[in-house]
Amino acid sequence: MEATYNYKVVRQFAIMTVVWGIVGMLVGVILSAQLIWPTLTEALGPLAPYLSYGRIRPLHTNAVIFAFGGSALFATSLYVVQRTCQTRLLSDGLAAFVFWGWQLVIVLAAVTLPLGITTSKEYAELEWPIDILIAVVWVAYAVLFFGTIIKRKTQHIYVANWFFGAYIVTIALLHIVNSMEFPVTLTKSYSMYAGVHDAMVQWWYGHNAVGFFLTTAFLGMMYYFVPKQAGRPIFSYRLSIVHFWSLNFIYMWAGPHHLLYTALPDWAQSLGMVFSLMLIAPSWGGMMNGIMTLSGAWHKLRTDPILKFLITALSFYGMSTFEGPMMSVKTVNALSHYTEWTIGHVHSGALGWVAMISIGSLYYLIPRLFGREEMYSVKLINTHFWMSTIGVVLYIAALWIAGVAQGLMWRATNADGTLTYSFAQSVNAMYPFYTIRLIGGTLFFAGMLLMAYNVWKTVAAGKAVNDARIPEAVAA
Amino acid sequence: MDAGVLGSVVTVVFFILFVLIILWAFHRGNKQKFDDAANLPFREDAEDIRKPD
Repeated sequence: MEATYNYKVVRQFAIMTVVWGIVGMLVGVILSAQLIWPTLTEALGPLAPYLSYGRIRPLHTNAVIFAFGGSALFATSLYVVQRTCQTRLLSDGLAAFVFWGWQLVIVLAAVTLPLGITTSKEYAELEWPIDILIAVVWVAYAVLFFGTIIKRKTQHIYVANWFFGAYIVTIALLHIVNSMEFPVTLTKSYSMYAGVHDAMVQWWYGHNAVGFFLTTAFLGMMYYFVPKQAGRPIFSYRLSIVHFWSLNFIYMWAGPHHLLYTALPDWAQSLGMVFSLMLIAPSWGGMMNGIMTLSGAWHKLRTDPILKFLITALSFYGMSTFEGPMMSVKTVNALSHYTEWTIGHVHSGALGWVAMISIGSLYYLIPRLFGREEMYSVKLINTHFWMSTIGVVLYIAALWIAGVAQGLMWRATNADGTLTYSFAQSVNAMYPFYTIRLIGGTLFFAGMLLMAYNVWKTVAAGKAVNDARIPEAVAA
Repeated sequence: MDAGVLGSVVTVVFFILFVLIILWAFHRGNKQKFDDAANLPFREDAEDIRKPD
């Protein structure tokens, strides 16, 4: 029997990335419409409570981060680890377990969150039975990934696998520590930590979910798909090593910037701020490394929409990793915190960086998983690219202005010390920006529908590849 | 040893470790090894090696 790669699990996750992307972003569009028309879903009568803002907001974040982003990461990491280790996954059974286990987690989230079953910890809302399931699936994933690395046929472990590996280890640590809770009933638990300790553990988790789930792992994607699509090795492999270790040394300590001007001790707040500022160095080093890979082949950007997705994603990564440290400076944070600016910043990272690098990687991956040379329509990829880019720019520009306006209105005082504006007045000032945000978000969402059509046509014209032959490795 | 001293020691150890990592990454003797690693995504399939653009 000739040696093959397991493409089945990659294909399953790749298709589900598109499906969950559409679901998660649709919920986002509904939420942003609710901010303009608060009674939008009330017409649904008995169904209305399940679609109220407070319940579907965590549904949106969980769906886009863990269902869309998660599926994209499972697909790409399990593809990259096989291709760069030149060996099949450790176990097909384990791969199937990871896929179906993760889908079960997503379905359980989609049922419990609208029912109002929540731990109320941001990005960790799922209740304890689901937390246990996540931990089990994650450990299976770790065994699958590292087991494949151990049985590799190559001498080196490619840098993308280092990034994926750091993400897998760290997410296990974060999830298990932050989910320590006392179960009261099947659907209710209380955190093991109290007061400011709870807040610190939560944001140690929360920021590292950004740092290791939404950054390190997607950088793993970048280190494989950018060189492949550009047709040349990464600009500097040595820089990628320094990038990897400096990110790992620094990211862990940036969490307190979510708790500036709270009951957290002042020294911890300053520590979080300083580490956040230091993060600019590895972030920009990594961005440069990705973009400079195109050095000498810039002309490809004109004609290749997949490269456009990947490189624009890196540009948004650079933008949001500059913006983030700035916002963690205490004086800037005094203006920006709790305003729409934060939401704008998050979406510059989530739509501009995470979604666009995933979409670019999927356009590379999907034809290969269905035995095709390229996607059904390259032209539609280009249309999708422009819809996404214009959508993100509208979204974040609107929320920058909204956030700064909001912050300034909240802090404005009269000569006698009373507030110049009531809270309702600041809400009223948001309407035009909420509308622009809805338009930008809808454009991005519509782009995903276009992608689904393109994927559908590619799948229909192709044939699912379950096991791809491993070519005879060229002797090193 | 109290938490303050421990924290300082760990910080210094991590700093030295990081400097060593940089020296290792940029050491001349490791250049070939890293160049080989950088080409891993391309060594997987022959058709990619044949079309250098």
